[in-house]
Formats: sequence, C-alpha cells, structure tokens
Amino acid sequence: MANWTAVCPTAEIDEEDVMRWDHGGRTFAIYHSPDGEFFATDGLCTHEHVHLAGGLVMDYVIECPKHNGQFDYRTGEAMRAPVCVNLRTYPVKVEDGTVMIDLG
Amino acid sequence: MTHLYHRDYSLTGPEAVRAVELGLANAEWYQAPIPRKRMKELMQRSDQPAIRDTLIWLAAFVVTGGLAAWLYPSWWSVPFFMAYGVLYGSSSDSRWHECGHGTAFKTRWMNDVVYQIACFMIMRNPNAWRWSHARHHTDTIIVGRDPEIAIMRPTWIIRTIALFLGIPQTWGAIRLMFTYAGGTIPEEQKTYIPENERPGVIRTARIWLVIHAAIILWAVLAQSWLPVLLFGPLPTMYGAWVHVLTGVTQHGGLAEDALDHRLNSRTVYMNPVLRFIYWNMNYHVEHHMFPMVPYHALPALHEECKPYFPKPKANMFAAYAEIIPALLRQAREPRWCLVPELPPGTEWTPAPKGKHAEHGAHVELTPAQ
Ligand code: FES
Repeated sequence: MANWTAVCPTAEIDEEDVMRWDHGGRTFAIYHSPDGEFFATDGLCTHEHVHLAGGLVMDYVIECPKHNGQFDYRTGEAMRAPVCVNLRTYPVKVEDGTVMIDLG
Repeated sequence: MTHLYHRDYSLTGPEAVRAVELGLANAEWYQAPIPRKRMKELMQRSDQPAIRDTLIWLAAFVVTGGLAAWLYPSWWSVPFFMAYGVLYGSSSDSRWHECGHGTAFKTRWMNDVVYQIACFMIMRNPNAWRWSHARHHTDTIIVGRDPEIAIMRPTWIIRTIALFLGIPQTWGAIRLMFTYAGGTIPEEQKTYIPENERPGVIRTARIWLVIHAAIILWAVLAQSWLPVLLFGPLPTMYGAWVHVLTGVTQHGGLAEDALDHRLNSRTVYMNPVLRFIYWNMNYHVEHHMFPMVPYHALPALHEECKPYFPKPKANMFAAYAEIIPALLRQAREPRWCLVPELPPGTEWTPAPKGKHAEHGAHVELTPAQ
C-alpha cells in the first residue's frame, strides 16, 4: 500500500543535484534531474555506506563521494566499480510544489 | 638491535583484527567544511584538460621514444631513454591513479582507455588495483587494512632506496602477474577484491603475459634490445624514480592509524613539469579528503582548504628536508612520526567506535613527540 510522505518543497533541491533526507530512522537521497524530474533512492552507497548526498549528480548518474562508484538514480543500477550492488529506489511525485516519496 | 615495536602490515594478521576492533576500519574521517555549492563547482568534470594533457603526453612518448630508438645504440640516446622512461614508468602512475578514480575525463571510455594503457606501463593489474586503491581511500595508512602503505616501519632503508630504481615494485609486479595468470589470487588480496571481480584479474594477467612474451619475441627476432628497452618491465624500472620521488612525499614519515588525512598525508608545492607528470597529486591531502575533485581542479580546491590544513611544503627540497630525517629516525624509533601543525580551532577527534572505543582511536599510537 502506498505511503506518500512529504519530503521538501521542490525549490529546495537545485536542478542536477541531490539532497539527504532522514526519516523514521532511515536515510534517503532525493534527486532533482536536469530535466526537472525528482527521484529517490536509499541514501547510503551500497559499497561502504557513505551518504550519496555528498556526491555529484551528472545527468542521471549519482557518483559516490568516497570511491567514485556510480549509480543510475532512476533505476538504482550500479554502473561503475567499486559499486556492484544496485540501490533501492522509491516512487516520487510532486504535489502542490512539494516532493512526495512513497515509503511503501 | 631488537625492535620492541614491530607492526604486522599484512591484511590477514592480528593488526587487521585490531584495526577493526579499534574502529579504525571504515571509520569516519575529518572533512574540511567547504560549502556544498563550491564543492559542486570543484567536482565538475570536463574532458578538455585531460584531452589536452593526454595529447601532449602521447606526443612526448613519440618524440622521446622515437629519438631514443633513432640514436640507439649511441650514447646520445641515453637522455632520450631517460625522458621516455620517466613518461613510461612515472607519469603512468598518475594516469593510472586519476583515470582509476574516473575523474580525469568526463567521458567514461576515455578514462578507461588511458587507465588500461597506464596500468600496463606501471605493471599494476587494472582490476586488482582498482580495489586496492578503493581500500587505500577507505582506510588510508591504517595498518592491517591499507594495502598501499609504501614505506613500513621500522624503515627498511635499502628497500626504500631500491624503490627509486623500481626494483621491489617491478619484481613484485612480475611475480604477481604469474601468480594471477596461474589462477591464484593471494589470500590478502581476497580481503578487498570481491569474488566476482577475480576472474577479470586473472584474465588481464594472462593477456599481459602474452603481450610481454610478444615483446621479448620481437627483441629476439630483431636481434635488438630496443623493444625491451621501450616496452615492458625495463622502462617501468628505469623510469620509476620520479614517481617514487613524488610518491614518497604523499605519506612518508607521517602518522599511521590517524583518522585525519591532514595527519597522514602531505601537500607539497611542485613545479609545472612535475605537476604535469604527477597530474597535481602533490595536493595530496586535498585529494584524499575530496577524491571527487578532478586533478585539474585541485589547485582551486587547495585554496579553499588552506584555512583548515597544515601549511603545505614550499617545494620538494622542503618536503625531503623533513622526510629523510623522519624516515631515518623511524628506522630506529618506529613509533615516532611527524605531526603537522593544524590551524588553531580545526583539531578533530574521531567519534569513538569499536570494541575498545573507550580508549579512543589513537590508543598505543600517539606520536612520541
Ligand atoms: S562507498 Fe560508495 S563507492 Fe565506495
């Protein structure tokens, strides 16, 4: 069952950037893509559990700040070593200028 | 003389267990508070600087190697072999490094191509070293965890000198190539190379063996030393000295087991020629703290980090003026290390972690100064 939760106003995340969002003892990474869409993944890299929000967004890729591993944040696919395990992604929508995440 | 203090640098021995127990593995490290907006600017990727540098690099190979081959066997070829060797055995170190991080070029295949070429020149298995270097960044100079500690304590002076001649590292690389090609990954390396990556290590070693055999065959058929002087382990060795000269400044004489790159790494100002060969890795504290920043943005990052970092060494002479006495002293007093002076108010204590965390992360290892 859907569990839509408000994250932040859309203006809070620059285009082609990422923000850390902690909720219910968990941490997430919320992305604003270059074409204005929003996405969400688990906040920690699957390699060594570093916060991805410190990394660099390039188009649809998030590069981890620790060892430069890369994920496609739309699908969570691990794209470049040393990351080998995909990231979990979450459905996101925008309602009245607010980014909403489905925590399921 | 008996050393009371002798550490085990292997990744499978008691120090490896100890590092985990003390919370030194996978720990939280000091980070200078550079604003996110500025970091984003500094992290931006671009192909242009690395394409320019790579074209100059390749042209320098053609000119120095071409003149060396043309003048060979005259003694006039020696300076050209020297220059070629530095390109082959030293500049490949920084290309391996930067392209391994994937930051040199924006375009991925460009990083990958230069990475493969540089790995072959410096004789570092591209698959194995990617993982070794990831560990070096996670656990920089943590004994029992970091596979890339170049100078262990007590300093083994003869070995350190031999590094400049490329002997231990090239000999080690040849042995490892045969080990991998035989289908074996050393136990120690299994601690950081994931299982699914190991076949790649073995495959590359086998391909390399074929290439090395072809170079030797070429030399035999041509009845000339020229092929082996230009390709393979010989130029890796005779050209190694510059990358060792610059590489020793990275961590030499500094702290082990300190969760602060300012205490275990060193930034040294270098001239433009060395910085070209070394791709700005002289900004080494900056690189370790922010590995996302490409080599061409490190001077700008350095400016941002200045208020939080120890004073950089003014040049190579200043760096070696502290490194040589430090390494000699560490041959007699392995517990001792250099302690860079941190700007007031920027001292940092890692959050306690691990089984013996109540003693703090620096237990037994407080520099004897
Ligand atoms: S922690 Fe993310 S790539 Fe290593």
